[in-house]
Order: sequence, then structure tokens, then C-alpha cells
Amino acid sequence: MSHDGFLKNVEKLQRFGEAMSHQLTAWTEPGKQRNRVDQFWREVAEASSEIATALLTPETWRMSTEDIDRRVQHLLAGKNLSTFGTDAFGYSPLHVRKLVPVLEFLYRVYFRAEVHGMERVPEGRCLLIANHSGQLPFDGAMIGSALLLERNPPIMVRTMVEKFATALPFFGELCYRCGQVTGLPDNCRRLLDADEAVLVFPEGARGISKPFKDRYHMTAFGHGFLRLALQTHAPIVPIAVVGAEEQTINIYDFKWLAHMLGTPSLAITPLMPLLGPLAMLPAPVKYRIYFGEPMHFEGDANDDEAVMATRVAEVKGAIQRLMNQGLAERKGIFI
Amino acid sequence: MARRRTQAVITGISGRLGQLLARRLHRMEGLRVIGIDRRAFSRKPADIEHLRIDIRRKACEDLFRTQNIDVIFHLGLMHDPRKGAGEHHSWNLVGTQQILEFAQRYRVPKVVILSTGDVYGPQSDNPAFISEDAPLLGAQRFAALRDLISVDMFAQSYFWKYPEIETVVLRPAHILGGVKNAVSNYLRLSHLPVLMGFDPMVQVLHEEDAVSAIVAAARPGLRGVFNVVGPDALPLRKLVALTAKPTVELPHFLLPGVVNRMFQLRFADFPAAEIDYIRYSATLDGKRARDIMRFEPTFGVRESVEAALRTNIFDGGVEGVEAA
Repeated sequence: MSHDGFLKNVEKLQRFGEAMSHQLTAWTEPGKQRNRVDQFWREVAEASSEIATALLTPETWRMSTEDIDRRVQHLLAGKNLSTFGTDAFGYSPLHVRKLVPVLEFLYRVYFRAEVHGMERVPEGRCLLIANHSGQLPFDGAMIGSALLLERNPPIMVRTMVEKFATALPFFGELCYRCGQVTGLPDNCRRLLDADEAVLVFPEGARGISKPFKDRYHMTAFGHGFLRLALQTHAPIVPIAVVGAEEQTINIYDFKWLAHMLGTPSLAITPLMPLLGPLAMLPAPVKYRIYFGEPMHFEGDANDDEAVMATRVAEVKGAIQRLMNQGLAERKGIFI
Repeated sequence: MARRRTQAVITGISGRLGQLLARRLHRMEGLRVIGIDRRAFSRKPADIEHLRIDIRRKACEDLFRTQNIDVIFHLGLMHDPRKGAGEHHSWNLVGTQQILEFAQRYRVPKVVILSTGDVYGPQSDNPAFISEDAPLLGAQRFAALRDLISVDMFAQSYFWKYPEIETVVLRPAHILGGVKNAVSNYLRLSHLPVLMGFDPMVQVLHEEDAVSAIVAAARPGLRGVFNVVGPDALPLRKLVALTAKPTVELPHFLLPGVVNRMFQLRFADFPAAEIDYIRYSATLDGKRARDIMRFEPTFGVRESVEAALRTNIFDGGVEGVEAA
């Protein structure tokens, strides 16, 4: 090795060492560390008091029975329901009605959801495209709750659910009765043709099971939704969910055990030794849901993947911008 | 000169659907009905001819050689989990092959084959509307359906092998009525088993509607595969509730082993693979039959369930169990 080359390497090593020591001082600096811990506890305290106040004063957030009935009546009116009260997918508005109190609690109390730009969701067919995170699909439930509980008139969101999940006992049945369907292109096309609002998470299982360190870094998007949008001429509404990415801390994906159990992933969380499977439940983070301007695409639905990729990137970019906006606007994870 | 009478052959005429079809055709003007079935045809109208032979026998060919047959209704498929795979294969596949051979050799212009909607199979990832060109995955977990799927595909091969024959393949949803098929038998149980946490969508078809579809399929010019569905799909538990019978909630992971043992010991009439029918949906898209065949069901779910529960179950012959 030449003398110059050797010196260059020494310089590199030096720079690396400096960077490392800088990082270390930043982390171990007593004031900064304490600030972080303080900030965390301040947020938790504030969130707890918010939740406690809400629980003590249900009249401030609970919808009146008449309001719920009016909303359910609206759901019942528009749809093609059989004499047995379900549509071909098994969706039953009366079943949804029974769940409204639970959704309300999660939406208004537990996650204290904040919605921005909901008026951008058009009437009639549309594809709602959102980032997916949080190990358990509460993000989907909260987007659905927002449009069901807050919007006038309400919209019943039909989510494309991973087929592994719809095959589960109880959960699958719950999904179907609440209007969620197995994530197949054919189902999606039929729903869009029937002028429904369909929610798709193009990241799928990849997105929801990603490790905590990758929060707010979206994984690769599938292209199927864009082809369906082109086929059915449905506008695409980009949605960013801020907050859900921190609800469960996945530090390790137990791949081989997941494979044995037949699940797409198995997250290990820090509190698992203490709480067992309960550690999968989400922390009471604050949800912020940002709806973007509808995007209209025209073109050949059977075009090359490369053509689709550029358009999918546009949608992903729109979601990223909404997400950045949400991250910049929030004061903390829990408040 | 008087117009020659249309001559129709019905295989499996002694089965419930065969009998209903025979009576329906019998009521039509200028139609001669000839049935083939080795089982007895009880309460047979006098002028319906019945050949008590096996369709696999050579003697069967004489009928086609000597008579000018205009249409064959092939209902003589068997699906009896108690019978061996060999007998199933021979009866269903060789029988169908034979019938289609005759049709081709003696220039029968129309063949209607009653396949079954079960060829698609219940699966967790089935679309809510299974169309006719969906893959036939029914035997994936239920091996006894293999020969019925083979028959269906074999019949389809006649579309391009012999385009001069108008071949129609019907895939009906669960037929309810006096038939002895799995669904009707299920509803006749004293306690109806359901799976905890599962409530699939089910489609039923009244037996008279099934017969109407078979008759509609005979219309000249019609060919192809058609799903035949009755009224709107409904959750299994709603269907079960219509019977007003008690249900038994069973865990799905425990059941296959128990049911298989009971089936072997003859305490149960269902092999474990049929449990999937009360676990996952397999709902068909009936649009093609509605649009092209102009088939509209006339019986509702309630009437269909009542038809299945009526006590005078068809007292059939040897092969009492029908495929569809």
C-alpha cells in the first residue's frame, strides 16, 4: 500500500472516531438525556389526564343514539343489501351499528384522533391509499371510524384486508360483517364499480410489520391499486396516518416462529417478557390522519410496470408530503 | 307431415333432480323422455321410458344408434363419500366419456351436463363472486371431488373438440330440496354444527329452480359454462336460523379429527373435508346465467330451506346421493 493511501485511511478512521465520540457525547450528555425522559413522561401524563377526563365525561364525546341511528340509516339506504341485511361480501350495517361505541372509544378517547382535510374525500367511488404501520391494523379502523363518525354524510370504508387475516376465526367474521373484504383485485374492482370507497394499504404486511426503527419510512408499494384506479376511473385519495407508527415497538421480527405459526410476521416488543401477547396492544399514541387532494390518473391499466412505478411514486410522494406535514405539526407522540 | 317429436335422454333419471326434470319435460308438448338409470324410478309417469342399465354398458349405445336423440341431460353423476375413489372415477368419468362419445358418434346436437358449484371449493381467499373462468380448486382439500372436476373439464374439452355439439356445463350452487346432497342433509340434522368464529356466506338454489336452469340450458344456440345461483347469498348462521333447530358451536381446530373418526364409525355422514363448507365462502357469480341463459330463480331462501326439511325425502334406489 502506498504512503498516501495509508494516510487517507488513517484520516478516514480519524473522522469516523470523531463522529462516534460526538454521537456518544450527545447521547450521554446528562441534560439532553434527561430532557428526553422528561419529555416522554410529560407526554404520558398529559395523555393519561386527557383519557381520564374523557372517561369521566362521556357526554363530551359520545354521539347521541339519534345521531348514530341517522348515520346507520344512511349506510342502510345506499347499499345493495339482501333481505337478510347483508351484501354479497357479508357486510351488514346493523352489525356496524353495534360496534359504533367501541370505535368511538378508540377514536375519540384512546387514540384522540385528529383529522385534517376529510372534506377532500369525494362522494362515490374512490381509492383511499394510506401508509400502513403499527403491527395491528388500528390505522385502518381509525380511517374508517373518521369517515363513519365524523363525515357528513358518513362513508363506509371498504378495506382490502390481507387474506391471512380474513381466514382467522372471529377476526375474519368481524371484518366481513363490518364491510371489510379479502384483498383481491376482483373484489376491489367490483366495489369500485358499485361506487364504494375502498381503502388499500399498498405496503400490505410488509408495512404493518416493519421494525420500530423504520417508523415513517414507507416500504415498497404494490402497483395493483393503480391499475384498478385506471380500470375503474376512480380518483385516488392519499392518506397519511401519523402516530400509528409508534403504537407498538417492534424490536425483532421472529421470522421462523412466524413461519411455523403460519403468520406473516411475529413482532417481539420490549414489554413482551412482562405482558406476553398483551404487549402487542397499541400504546395510547395520538393519531393524526391527513387526507390529501384526490389524484386523477388516466391511461392503459395494462401498461408496463415501469409506467405504473412512476405513477405509484407520485402517490407515495403525496403521502410522504402529508406525513412530513403531520410530523412537523405535532408536539409529541402522545399529545 | 307431423313434426317429429323431440327426443330427450336423461341420465340418472331416478335421482331426485332426474325425476323432477322428467316430470317437467313430460308436461311439455311433443317431447319424448327416455331415462337411463340402473336404479328404480318410483311413481314413474306411464309414458316416460326408463332403461334400467348402467350407462357404461354397451347396451346403452343401442338407444343412441336406433333413436334420433335431440338432447342429452347428463345428471347421472355420483358423489358419495362412502364409495371408493375407483368406483367414483369409473362411474363419473367413464360414464361421461361414454355419453359424450355417443353424442358425437350419433350426432346429438345438444348435451347439458349438470356439474356442481363445488368444483371451485370453499377457500379463505375466494373472491365474493367466483366467475366461470376461475380455477377449479375444489379438490385441493377435498380429494373426493377430483373426479367431478375431471368430468367438468372433460366436458369443457368438447367445446373445441366437437364444436358442432352444443355442450352446456351447469355449475349450480347448493341445491336444496328433496335431494340427498350434503347441504340438504346438513339442514336435516337434528343439531346443526357451526364453527366458532366463522360465518361464511352461502348460496342456495331450490331444486325446482335447478330444474328450470337445466331446461333453460337446452335452448338451441346456447353453449358454455354457467354458474347457476338462486337468491342472494346469506350468512350461514342466518340460513341455519331458518331451520329453527338448535346449533352446536364447535372449535374448528378440534373438529376434523373428531369428524373423520365419526365418519369412519358411521356416526357422521360427512367426511372432515366438508367442514370447509361451513368455514369458508364459495359464492358464485350468476351473472352469465342471468344475462345469457335468461335464468331467474323463483324460489327464496326460506322456501328452499322448507323444501329441504319436508319429511318425505325421496326414497331413491342404490345411488341415492347426487353430486350437485
